[in-house]
Amino acid sequence: MFDSYTKTSLSFDPALCINCRRCTQVCPHAVFTAGPTRVTLDRPSACMECGACALNCPVEAITVQSGVGCAWGMIGAALRGKDMDTESCCGGENGSCCGGFKTKQKTTVCDCGKKER
Amino acid sequence: MKIPETSGSCCCSSDSGGQTCGCSENSILSTPIQTTTGIITFADRLDHLLARLGWHRSEHRVEPGLYRLGDPNAGSPVFASANYSLSFDALRSSLAGIDAWILVLDTKGINVWCAAGKGTFGTDELVRRIGASDLASLVSHRKIIVPQLGAPGISWQEVARRTKFIVEYGPVRAEDLPEYLKTHTATPAMRRVEFTLRDRLVLTPVEFRHAALFTFAAALILWFSAGPLAALAAVSAVLGGTILFPLLLPILPTQDFSTKGMILGVIVSLPFVYIFGTDPGLPVWAAVLSAAAALLLITAVVSYLALNFTGCTPFTSRTGVKKEIFTYVKVMAGMAAVGAAAGIILGVSGLLGVI
Repeated sequence: MFDSYTKTSLSFDPALCINCRRCTQVCPHAVFTAGPTRVTLDRPSACMECGACALNCPVEAITVQSGVGCAWGMIGAALRGKDMDTESCCGGENGSCCGGFKTKQKTTVCDCGKKER
Repeated sequence: MKIPETSGSCCCSSDSGGQTCGCSENSILSTPIQTTTGIITFADRLDHLLARLGWHRSEHRVEPGLYRLGDPNAGSPVFASANYSLSFDALRSSLAGIDAWILVLDTKGINVWCAAGKGTFGTDELVRRIGASDLASLVSHRKIIVPQLGAPGISWQEVARRTKFIVEYGPVRAEDLPEYLKTHTATPAMRRVEFTLRDRLVLTPVEFRHAALFTFAAALILWFSAGPLAALAAVSAVLGGTILFPLLLPILPTQDFSTKGMILGVIVSLPFVYIFGTDPGLPVWAAVLSAAAALLLITAVVSYLALNFTGCTPFTSRTGVKKEIFTYVKVMAGMAAVGAAAGIILGVSGLLGVI
């Protein structure tokens, strides 16, 4: 009751884990604990979905829908008729949106006439 | 901010977002190596203070590129940082007395963690900067120490594949670096992010600034329509939500920010409920109505501001915040609507001379 933070989108497949322990290094909430042969998912509800573990897992044993848990940004996006999940903006001046989105970079057109990645 | 460009290479740094784009990774920017120290000057402290007060928030920048700290050589460690002055200064002051290379990524003046979340402190930018600074020819090792909170934007395996540099994740806090560098392993405590009273306190000026204009307008309208006490109630609600709430966050009951905020809102509203509710100059129905308006409006404002504080904390997940939004925003809106309706009834009654 009155706890919206019990479930997250984090999932871990221990069978794939090669015990490189990168996830234990990048997680700021000790969600994973190092073990003798593989890491264990010990504190799943402490996950804040920053996505660091999944991005740094070389065998893709971890998946998480990463995003910023910011009501200001999500409500703002919803009010502007934009997608709460992908177009959330956490403030800044001139609509700088923390310096732009990943998706924006992808469509930037270069002088050489090619589209950037 | 001017970034030197190599001639003939492809670059579109003039677009609106100031995004640099590299058609080939290494050729875009050839930045001269700059020099820095571990000393924080008075001017730096003033800059930090202004940043904390929200003065030109996105303009507290340092030039991106490679820096020499002290007198680094081919064996010296390399650290990555963001071009936000608070991030860069925390790093260089923590490394005072250590000869090192600092590679500053262009994060548009945003701190490491937020920029990592948005991807500007990211694999592509790191790979670009490693290439542009010709780091591989300056150091004999192939290791780069990246702040742990940069990890949401960096894929170490992709950096390794594209540059041969191995990312080593340093501790969360730059101040732990001297200890970390002794063994190159972080203790569990160094890997945990905290949110101390001081951490929360320094955020409050910017929080209040976000709501300052709204507060001023609401207080002004209330002053002339309902009197100075109502104006004070509006100011109290905003101060409660933007300053008291962050300070009391861990001790307020329940986990959800909205319910924590509702509890605080009720507490903040109590003096006003009492004063309005016991006003001898009002008929009973009007006193009850004004007390109800104070209770509902203050609680709605405080809990909404509390919910908005989720983005300032280092632990709320998007799944959880979204759940909160869908659960409570309608409740807050309902409280605000009923409270406003009560206020309007009182206002109209006053105009008509009923009370």
